[in-house]
Amino acid sequence: MAKRESSSKDLGTRNNQEVELTRSEAQSELLRELVAHLRQNRTQLREEWVVRISETRLLTAMTKEEIFAEATSVYDSYVEALETETFEALQAYARNLSERIIPRGVETHEVVGIVLLLRDVLARSLFAKYQTDFKKLNRILDAYEPAANRIANTVAVGFVQERERVIRQQQEAIRELSTPVLQVRERLLILPIIGVIDPQRARQLTEQLLRGIRTNRAKVVVIDITGVAAMDVTVANHLVQTVEASRLLGATVIVTGLSPEIAQTLVTIGVDLGKMNTVGDLQGGIEQAERLLGYKVVTLPEPR
Amino acid sequence: MEVPILKQGAVLIATFQAALSDADLNQLRRGLVQQVVKHRSRGVIVDVTAMDVMDSFASRTLREIAHMIRLRGAETVIVGIQPEVAFAMVQLGMTFEGVATALDLEEGLAYLIQKFKSVE
Repeated sequence: MAKRESSSKDLGTRNNQEVELTRSEAQSELLRELVAHLRQNRTQLREEWVVRISETRLLTAMTKEEIFAEATSVYDSYVEALETETFEALQAYARNLSERIIPRGVETHEVVGIVLLLRDVLARSLFAKYQTDFKKLNRILDAYEPAANRIANTVAVGFVQERERVIRQQQEAIRELSTPVLQVRERLLILPIIGVIDPQRARQLTEQLLRGIRTNRAKVVVIDITGVAAMDVTVANHLVQTVEASRLLGATVIVTGLSPEIAQTLVTIGVDLGKMNTVGDLQGGIEQAERLLGYKVVTLPEPR
Repeated sequence: MEVPILKQGAVLIATFQAALSDADLNQLRRGLVQQVVKHRSRGVIVDVTAMDVMDSFASRTLREIAHMIRLRGAETVIVGIQPEVAFAMVQLGMTFEGVATALDLEEGLAYLIQKFKSVE
């Protein structure tokens, strides 16, 4: 009894597989037909799409000619993706396209918008073609919709990924720019800090400073925080640690440009600034550093 | 491994060659504190350039050495702390308070000579 049941189950799965097979065969048959239709009406459908794009005021950053040229290649890649049911080529194209249009200020909603527009334009043309044969229309749409949605998905994801890559790159660039350690005199470094300091940036600042002290054989460092609007406990403590670590390398640190707000905060939260050498502004800091190093700045007498 | 102690004029120089065991550190302390009076030295330089890590025992011992040597009438400078080591130490709250530090041996010597001059 049990045996028979299992064998009938086997039969069932085999039948299912066959059905699956014929269905997918039918599906690719339908897709082929669909692709042929899209190829035949390429010029007209593309025109229609471009008109819809300018009607909905998408891609305003690009000229008409550019839109037309891009539309042509997007259309062809789209049809090709439908035909081959592979998305790698389209993905590569989407990435390439994003690379070109992101610097022009094209937004995510525009890219998603135009792909969805193309999907709608093509769907409309299918409605028009098969309006007499409702059953066939249904089957064609069954084949078309999943593929079209996947294409829209692929393009949108490609665009967003490219954008994120650009953002990451820019963040990296800002980070590199944001921590200059400058030598102003023999054995005197200045470290101007501007903007918000987060723990990651604070760590990077410390690393760069300590390395700078070693390579420049600095004895005095002036850290100028005029450009820092606010400071929390973590960052303030980090600053104290940086001062102490610099001392272990044999360098004296002078902190300049503490704003009244930061001074207030530091006093309120009770950070121990006793170990720190502070001077009002950068000029005063550099003057004190010169005194520590034994420099004396004199003005030359008026040249005759 | 024992730390060799060299005499250079009025200065004793102890250079760490590698990571030290606790016993080595204790021996270094004994050696330095004895020799500083025996040689009538006025300054001691402890060079830790070779140390990649500094545990709490090592840093406490170094601070004790410096304070003991001051009581014996000489000045100590610790030189050659690596940037990474310095920051790790500070984060663990080990800051060599009251002990002079310098970038390297040359700086340490310059510091001591300056110090000797100011006393004279």
